[in-house]
Amino acid sequence: MKIQIYGRGCPRCHDLARNAEIALRELGRDVQVQHVTDISKITEKGVMLTPALIIDDDIISEGSILAVEELKKIIESRSK
Amino acid sequence: MSNRSRFLIIVVLFLVCYFLPTGLLSFRNPVFEALALVKWYARRHVVLCLVPAFFIAGAISVFISQASVIRYFGTQARKIVAYSVASVSGSILAVCSCTVLPLFSGIYRRGAGLGPAITFLYSGPAINILAIIFTARVLGWQFGFARVIGAVIFSVVVGLLMHLIFLKEEKRRHSQGNFVVPQKGTERPLWKNALYFGSMVGILVFANWARPTSADTGAWAAVYYFRWIIVFLFALLLTYILVKWFKKEEINRWVFSSWGFALQILPLLFLGVLVAGFLLGRVGHEGVIPSGIVEDLVGGNSLFANFFASVFGAFMYFATLTEVPILKGLLGSGMGKGPALALLLAGPALSLPNMLVIRSVIGTRKTIVYVSLVIIMSTISGIIFGILVR
Repeated sequence: MKIQIYGRGCPRCHDLARNAEIALRELGRDVQVQHVTDISKITEKGVMLTPALIIDDDIISEGSILAVEELKKIIESRSK
Repeated sequence: MSNRSRFLIIVVLFLVCYFLPTGLLSFRNPVFEALALVKWYARRHVVLCLVPAFFIAGAISVFISQASVIRYFGTQARKIVAYSVASVSGSILAVCSCTVLPLFSGIYRRGAGLGPAITFLYSGPAINILAIIFTARVLGWQFGFARVIGAVIFSVVVGLLMHLIFLKEEKRRHSQGNFVVPQKGTERPLWKNALYFGSMVGILVFANWARPTSADTGAWAAVYYFRWIIVFLFALLLTYILVKWFKKEEINRWVFSSWGFALQILPLLFLGVLVAGFLLGRVGHEGVIPSGIVEDLVGGNSLFANFFASVFGAFMYFATLTEVPILKGLLGSGMGKGPALALLLAGPALSLPNMLVIRSVIGTRKTIVYVSLVIIMSTISGIIFGILVR
């Protein structure tokens, strides 16, 4: 599984990344959260609102900081 | 941050401390001014203005569907719609300054094209909800109003000019596919949302109702006299709305998001106020920079004063909202109102760091033209405003 946060490194992006890391840890998954900060990569992906959560190249959410519980549900349902 | 830059910061801080000219009276005075100014802001502008403003901004980012706005930037969107939406949507899309550049890049490369992208880039930072509220509260409603009107009108003008100047290139360029906008689930009916935001705006407006002058009698003075009762009624309405219509987790998300804004903006604003107090002092008290210099450079409403303020604003970086205390300081030191608006319009929209990002998106030539247009437009708006409020 590949988990990426798209965003230019603002505090909201860090919040989302931190929540994702907590969710992964609580699920006991050994996955690194990657940051994509390059603006042309963000645009190429079709992301308009940052921070965006991308799992295995699918856009899961845009412009919102998902809570840890929500992230856990998403990650679990994606890994089935 | 690399160890080298950390080390440099420590060295600079050490040198500043080592050579701190504590003995000089002219230094003691600015330090006092900085602290006095921080106190003034803390007493006058935090509880009644900033706190409600953070809650409104938080509510916007959580409860207003940004996706429904972004639709209007798509390739199929009609041009007139794209420009109009681009010029006003900053008030709900640009609450976080870091969202402006990705949106700009997205509109340019995958959506409605150069014109609307530029329109959004120029107006977005100037009309985000926090900036408007804080500007109106600290600098007066004329500035708040002029900032919104100036940003909206001139953003469309700059966008159209950019489109016309680069018309040939724009026609050749094909946008690279559309963008996807995930829609969120349930929405509250519009009238419920309107009441919810209305009650918050009511609290904000009436809690900050300006003290009437002795000549003012009638409605204005009456509202001032009863303002706390009105605020209480709005607060009651808000409580009712929250209890009746909102789920607990929605309220949590709202509070969390408002807290996020406070956390992001307050530290920098605090520093901004300190710097403004140190450099410029308060009204009637000088800081490090003598009022005479400010007055010579940007006093009155001359073409040069407006132009200088625009150029300065365009290159200088302002963290969100810090432009307001700095401008307040400059106005106190003798800056004209026209140049102040010019700085307000050019300042948050542009800075040296974000010029570099803009350049990576649209290239050097377009960036230079854009920066020049912003400076020219801001200068013109400044002069007009200076004449109007004289």
